[in-house]
Amino acid sequence: MISRKTWTALALAALLPVSAAADEFTAADVERWQAQFDEVAAEGRSLWTDSALGTNGVVCAQCHPNAANTHPETYPKFQKQLGRVGQLWEMINWCIRNPLEGENLAADDPKMIALQAYAYKERRGVPLAPGKH
Amino acid sequence: MNGRRDFIKAASTGVIAGMLPVSVVRLSHAAPENDFTFAYISDAHIQHIKGNQFVRNWDRGLIRAVAEANLLEPKPDFVMFGGDLAQLGSKPELDHGAEILSALKYKTHMVMGEHDYYLDLGEYWSDLYGDQYYSFDHKGVHFVVLNSILTYDDWTFNRWETPERRMSEMAGLDNPNGSPFMVGATQLNWLKKDLSKVKKDTPVVVFSHSPLQKIYKGWNFWTEDADDVQKLLGKFDKVNVIYGHVHQIQYNQIGRIAFTSVMSTAWPWPYPQSYAQAESHLPVLTVPMNRADPFDERDATGWQFVDVNTGRVDLSFNLYSNDNRKVAFNADKGHPEDVSYPQIEIAPQRHY
Repeated sequence: MISRKTWTALALAALLPVSAAADEFTAADVERWQAQFDEVAAEGRSLWTDSALGTNGVVCAQCHPNAANTHPETYPKFQKQLGRVGQLWEMINWCIRNPLEGENLAADDPKMIALQAYAYKERRGVPLAPGKH
Repeated sequence: MNGRRDFIKAASTGVIAGMLPVSVVRLSHAAPENDFTFAYISDAHIQHIKGNQFVRNWDRGLIRAVAEANLLEPKPDFVMFGGDLAQLGSKPELDHGAEILSALKYKTHMVMGEHDYYLDLGEYWSDLYGDQYYSFDHKGVHFVVLNSILTYDDWTFNRWETPERRMSEMAGLDNPNGSPFMVGATQLNWLKKDLSKVKKDTPVVVFSHSPLQKIYKGWNFWTEDADDVQKLLGKFDKVNVIYGHVHQIQYNQIGRIAFTSVMSTAWPWPYPQSYAQAESHLPVLTVPMNRADPFDERDATGWQFVDVNTGRVDLSFNLYSNDNRKVAFNADKGHPEDVSYPQIEIAPQRHY
């Protein structure tokens, strides 16, 4: 049941401009933040198809077109090869070490952040489901 | 003709064959001289690193399929290789793949894949294997092999500054610079002529690399002129299309045409619907494969053993690290189904 008080609040809200909030972000801020994210995600996409990420020419996109079947929304979750609950970046390193026969990236390596930004961007809109397989 | 009860298992095939994930079945009521099976290996993607080095993982998948196919009992009459022997169409890749395939003890027929083609437009592949499209008859069945991975001339001939660039642009499944596959007018004319000699009640089996149906254009699970091909095939009583490219189990029925995909020996692909930003037209008949253990390097890869004794193709999927599956034509329902999941009752798709 929606109370009378809530109805009043909703009615008042309807009279105000849609995005009204205290200390609003400026359009310039929002634009800049989005541009920063998009740039990093785009860098992630180029790494996704970059044979230099590993040593044998295999690239992420070969098995994960559009980062599909990476399921970023399911982390942290149990990973069999780690034997414990792990994060997406640890799984990306597993892929770099195994199919790509390359070297681990640090968790805060800009390349690792970019790879994750791309995978999350392709998965946008999917509800979080931590621990799910 | 729902003949699975009439199938008998050939029991005493020896210890080694008994351990293999292969189905050794024959139609008990068929004339023994017309019994036959064939094996289907596809999408090996042999990938050159440098010198004499190749990506080990992809090599192992193909080597295993060849070794297992050689142990089949009863012996298959021939082996089909469904395309994408190479990853980037180079001579070293095609040669290395040919060497692995040469261990097969059976006659092998080849299908062209886009990874074999777009470096030199199939020239070296044709040196090794001959015609890119052809037909043959075997024990009352008419087999057709199409090169379904051609595309618009402008993309092939005018778009790219080097053959290497053209190959790498087509090799990326999700690459927006790619171009939709097609059979093309020349082959359609040839097909029309080829099929004009075939009687309506002759079972027809067509091999293509790309699906001769439209599933998801973004990953080229697609053939642009699929409807033209379907029109030519649709007049036969029993038509079966087997295609590679998709690295996953799919099956469908459009009119009289039964479609079944085959697995890759190299790596699996996600189903298009797992890409949250895309709309896919995965055949509703398909019970998707599961990824039993994505951390195993052979997960969701394998090859197929095909039984054609009813004039329809029954595919046994020999999966390296997953439960084997069998997709067989159910004559009562008039479409292929997974024999383990027949309870899933979905009307066949009549359009894309």
